[in-house]
Amino acid sequence: MNTESTSVMHEQKENISSEDLLEIKDLTVSFHTDEGIVKAVNEISYTVNHGKILGIVGESGSGKSVACSAILQLLPKTAEVKGSILLQGENGNIRDIARLKANSREMGNIRGGEIAMIFQEPMSSFSPVHTIGNQLMEAILQHRNVTKQEAGEIAIDMLDRVGISNPAQRFRQYAFELSGGMRQRAMIAIALSSKPNLLIADEPTTALDVTIQAQVLELMAQLQAERNMAIIFVTHDIGVIAQIADEIAVMYLGYILERGTTREVINNPQHPYTRKLLEAIPRLDHLGGRLTAVGGDIPGPFEFPAGCPFHTRCQQMITGRCDTTFPPVATFGHTHSANCFLYE
Amino acid sequence: MALIKVNNLKVHFPIRIGLFGRVQGHVRAVDNISLKIRRGETLGLVGESGSGKTTVGRTILRGIEPTDGQIFFKRNGSYTDLTKIKGKELRKFRKHMQMIFQDPYASLNPRMTVRDIIAEPLVVGGVDKGKNLDARVREGAARCKLNLEYLRRFPHAFSGGQRQRISIARAIVSNPEFIVCDESVSALDVSVQAEILNLLMDLQKELNTTYLFIGHDLGVVGHISHRVAVMYMGTFMELAPTENLFFNPKHPYTEALLSAIPDANPDRKMKPVSLKGEIPDVINPPTGCRFHTRCNYARDRCRIEVPEWREIDQKHFVACHFAHELALTSAKTAS
Repeated sequence: MNTESTSVMHEQKENISSEDLLEIKDLTVSFHTDEGIVKAVNEISYTVNHGKILGIVGESGSGKSVACSAILQLLPKTAEVKGSILLQGENGNIRDIARLKANSREMGNIRGGEIAMIFQEPMSSFSPVHTIGNQLMEAILQHRNVTKQEAGEIAIDMLDRVGISNPAQRFRQYAFELSGGMRQRAMIAIALSSKPNLLIADEPTTALDVTIQAQVLELMAQLQAERNMAIIFVTHDIGVIAQIADEIAVMYLGYILERGTTREVINNPQHPYTRKLLEAIPRLDHLGGRLTAVGGDIPGPFEFPAGCPFHTRCQQMITGRCDTTFPPVATFGHTHSANCFLYE
Repeated sequence: MALIKVNNLKVHFPIRIGLFGRVQGHVRAVDNISLKIRRGETLGLVGESGSGKTTVGRTILRGIEPTDGQIFFKRNGSYTDLTKIKGKELRKFRKHMQMIFQDPYASLNPRMTVRDIIAEPLVVGGVDKGKNLDARVREGAARCKLNLEYLRRFPHAFSGGQRQRISIARAIVSNPEFIVCDESVSALDVSVQAEILNLLMDLQKELNTTYLFIGHDLGVVGHISHRVAVMYMGTFMELAPTENLFFNPKHPYTEALLSAIPDANPDRKMKPVSLKGEIPDVINPPTGCRFHTRCNYARDRCRIEVPEWREIDQKHFVACHFAHELALTSAKTAS
């Protein structure tokens, strides 16, 4: 077993460059249900560089959240995860964390330690019977070698850093006593208290009002720059992703259909799905005009289309190609690519 | 030609404590608002959560009892005050007013077929029976681009977008004159949302329906509305034709909301106006202007005197002492 793991490690070192913090290769997640197997994520691959924000955008059912939960092995037992998730550690060595056991000590150290995660609904992510301070201290004591008293001081400092007024008082309060924006800030404080290299943010601002959302986005961008932390930012809101991300991956039904820098994907979209998605947003430039809808409905989990997953709704569908084979990658410059037959 | 006229509407919810339900105070969910909606018009209503926008919509439909004020509905050339009537008389008006809710998963009865769901307003209103009823259900479904095959199925078999189309078919089947859309597209994906917005706009053109469109997404509300009202802590801050509100805002709160819209253009970074603090306690709202605790332009007068609701420009209403002298930033466009 020992020899096997070193040889695997050796192979991986050749493939991953020093800028890459996380590399996901052919990640597939399928759920075994009574009605059959649902493939939520299909052989997706991407890399996250140190200090960069990768935005994953997709509609409901696109598998964007499942792909993130799979990284930290937070999925239920019915999920089957294949592929590799290579994480570069502090000292530069690379591990495939997909091979770790979900309840192993090593995974426990990574989860909430090297990789932290924040969720959409801050109310359901907190324990209702422990104070905010208690929950912060728990995270700090778990991942940092400090005494209880030091942990308390760090916790209050963290609350202050994320812009919570009166941190010493908030420290003793419960989640229900805070407003939605405050709770999300407190959650960010918990996530960042272990000084993670990577933060996975799953729709962190979706439940918030626009004014609060703007504040939380500003805070995340500021903390990210300060700590040179990488973020995987998952959202369905293209406006939010355009504002915060360096790179974008567009997901649909478990596949990444297009990827590139934020400017490339938004200013020059290549995949018909990305184009339609961008056209569907109401724009302030022409208020009241007709919107271009994508048309059709997202297929259900058991009616998974063959070939390109978008072909059932695509107006440029090529019969005999798009409905039979998954399209190959077409590249547009160094960083921009899309999976589509239109560019063969 | 206003279809709906609301005058000085107040909805105060009592807070009861203790065994005998002693009234300890009131939540002023809606505090003295007035509005008019013309026939065939869409009035947008935006505000943060807790601002009372849903309560306004529900109270106009008489789903919530108003504490004070009048709600006039025009029918056959004369206005009726809906707050003064009840029972059978009120029920006659109900078929002319409908509501489309936010969550298409919670607002459709899972035990009823799509046909029965769409037919319900007609049955309850006693509008039609038998063959006529069937014909009208089919017509309503067809208008909302629902496959007629679907009428026999149950709602669980449908996606969010299709469910919302069923909700809309139910709302329009009795040919109502007035529909309250309460966050009707908020739960939908962007691609589906566009379709539902188009559908609502098409139906308005065809049937001359009047909408009160409640939402928190300024882009969406601005898109569908002819005029937009901005609500904060139970009162209106500003009400203006959509273009004016977006590109010539007069209230600091509107400015803050507009600046917080995440722009889908990565080259136009948003510069949100940061509001101080949080929305205050609705049980003890601030004195003077309710917004003064968070306003960046607040002066002494704002703390003492409640600003008057005044017409600062044609059809442009605002509640701010200094609206005429503030130079506020408007929404950005690509040009």
